[in-house]
Amino acid sequence: MKSPRTYVLIGLLLAALTVSACGGAPSAAAPTSAPAATSAPATGPEQGEPYLLGAFFSTTGPASSLGEPEANTVTMLAEQINAQGGVLGPDGKLHQLEVKMYDDQSDATVAVEVVKKLIDEDKVTVIVGGSGSPASIAVIETVTGASVPFVSVASSSKIVTKDDGSQHQWVFKTPQQNLPVAQVQYEWMAAHGFNQIASLGVNNAFGADSMAALKMLAGEEGMEIVWEGTFEAGDTDFNAQLTAIAGTPAEVLVVHATPGEGAPLTVQFRDLGLEMPIIHNHGIGNRAFIDTAGDAAEGVLFPIGKLLVASQLPDSDPQKATLLQYQADYQARFGKPPSTFGGHAWDAVMMVKGALEAVGTDSAAIRGYLESEITNFVGISGIFNITAQDHTGIGKESLVLVEITDGDWKYVDPAQYASVP
Amino acid sequence: MTLLEQLAQYIVSGITLGSIYALIALGFVTIYNVTGIINFSQGEFAVVGAFVAITAAQKVSLFRGQAAVGLEWPLPAAILAGVIAAVLIGALLYRAGIQPARNASPLSQIVVTIGASIALRGLVLLAWGTDPYRLDPFSAGKPLRLLGAVVTRQSVWVMGLTVVTVVGLYLFFRFTLTGRALRASSANPGAARLMGINIQRMGLLAFVLSAGLGALGGIVIAPITFMTYDRGLMLALKGFVAMILGGLTSPVGAVIAGIALGVIESLAAGLLSSGYKDAFSFVVLFVVLLVRLGGLLGARRGPALERAGL
Repeated sequence: MKSPRTYVLIGLLLAALTVSACGGAPSAAAPTSAPAATSAPATGPEQGEPYLLGAFFSTTGPASSLGEPEANTVTMLAEQINAQGGVLGPDGKLHQLEVKMYDDQSDATVAVEVVKKLIDEDKVTVIVGGSGSPASIAVIETVTGASVPFVSVASSSKIVTKDDGSQHQWVFKTPQQNLPVAQVQYEWMAAHGFNQIASLGVNNAFGADSMAALKMLAGEEGMEIVWEGTFEAGDTDFNAQLTAIAGTPAEVLVVHATPGEGAPLTVQFRDLGLEMPIIHNHGIGNRAFIDTAGDAAEGVLFPIGKLLVASQLPDSDPQKATLLQYQADYQARFGKPPSTFGGHAWDAVMMVKGALEAVGTDSAAIRGYLESEITNFVGISGIFNITAQDHTGIGKESLVLVEITDGDWKYVDPAQYASVP
Repeated sequence: MTLLEQLAQYIVSGITLGSIYALIALGFVTIYNVTGIINFSQGEFAVVGAFVAITAAQKVSLFRGQAAVGLEWPLPAAILAGVIAAVLIGALLYRAGIQPARNASPLSQIVVTIGASIALRGLVLLAWGTDPYRLDPFSAGKPLRLLGAVVTRQSVWVMGLTVVTVVGLYLFFRFTLTGRALRASSANPGAARLMGINIQRMGLLAFVLSAGLGALGGIVIAPITFMTYDRGLMLALKGFVAMILGGLTSPVGAVIAGIALGVIESLAAGLLSSGYKDAFSFVVLFVVLLVRLGGLLGARRGPALERAGL
């Protein structure tokens, strides 16, 4: 029997599904271009053909909290560059920067599709993007096959480093590795005289990479990991793991997680009344962690890039001016403060801009520039020195230790490590 | 902590988590007994209930910051709002989804509930996004200690509410006319209809009850484990495992199995391997499905099992 109500129901369900699907996936097909047409300045260099920049970010889907500030930053930088007339190329002409930007919907498969589209249809000669590590890793083969340089904004060391330790020829990335994060954590532990550690991380590429970094350095730092465990992404009950940790002689707990799991974990850690300090990695560096963990977040430590605490940095810090400028610009353009992720996109675009100014649009020349000419590049994520052996180019100097105090991030001077938390 | 204290802690944590599985499983059993279908949107009731309660209780911004809500109702009103929202959705699901398809096979009706759960998850994602949300604990204060184990006040709330709900349901089914009518329609739908019981209305009531149970579970656990838009599926699966473990049709069995499942998970995660916490539940389900449904129960499949096509 097919009553009219059956059809109404099917219609309703379909409508709901479509609505949710639309929420997850607009604009995959239509690229959004930054405004490219502004009249050339009255005086100065002649106007040339626009330069193309390919970009793809996870502006929708689970990684959208990363992709949105990244896409915003690229849009903002293109506007700024074009308002100044464009990129002054090696031919002496000014070129508008035309950004071909796509959404990969937080899906590695879609990321590969849009990168192919950028290369084959839009004919871009350089690409920035890849909000999530899985998306960035997925497109390595495509960009390498097409010999198009790609600057990733995701963090996994596997994006730039092959299994044999050498670097992928066409791939660079701007976020810190996990290794320097562990170095800062160890410096803080050394200041306290801790040497027995419990390590608890999320069971995915992010957590595994971070846990491996901690483990790798433990020996040379004279530390011992007395307990190591994982939880699944999406888990929300950590009492079992925390209880197990309470039974070990660990003096400090190191957590490798993002706010989704990191916040409930921290709350349950406090509820259990464990007295050891808790130190996270850079995965919890956004507002959501403080908002959801509330009081439990007080006293939590984590190493992260300097953007979060830019205004508290000593004036001698060489990045401070750049950081404050980016913060002010972003706040003015989008009405909210930028995140570390947007900073990664800033670095990627500005490096590429430097390449376009120096060598024009030839892919091989851009790659050569990125590999050999990025030295003492003052960016948001750090001061970059990219070499053929290191396609990331920033180390632990790019990181600071931050303590959560009174619901806000507080910069911890290295001299003060022993007194926090 | 000594090993003994740790064991006590695993059990306390397990019972807390298991109480939620028990509430979800109770919802499964209630609907199954009355309508013969398994409602896979059971977990979504918990999610919707918790999100509505959180939205009513504290300042929340919805639709990616498009709408700010600052109702800040007192906790009991917020909880009630969450439960009512879930109940309305449960009623809507039955009226618009299950009832029109009442002549279709139970399997088709189950597919309707799966569709509804996907749709509900999408709507929650649209409204609340991917961030985790937390409801403040029901009562503030230092955790209690029991045999060296820490029992947070919220855990006491969870366990207490579960006990009250289970006892209340038992009394309802046993001593009220409506409760008896519900039981009658599950025992023998044909005879119940002859006795003048409106089977459709009983189906609606079952969905309403289950939605309320699910919402209560979601709300009471939200201060401990927080709530995210995608929790529903896992909660539903755990509740489903508990339902099967408890013998499919027995409310008492579902409650005991739910709590046992929580304790098994907690012990396994703590003593064996923390990364495979969920895997243990599903190994339990797998073994039970293999041994029990095919073997032990196979010989005496009841009409309810036949109806569900199991």
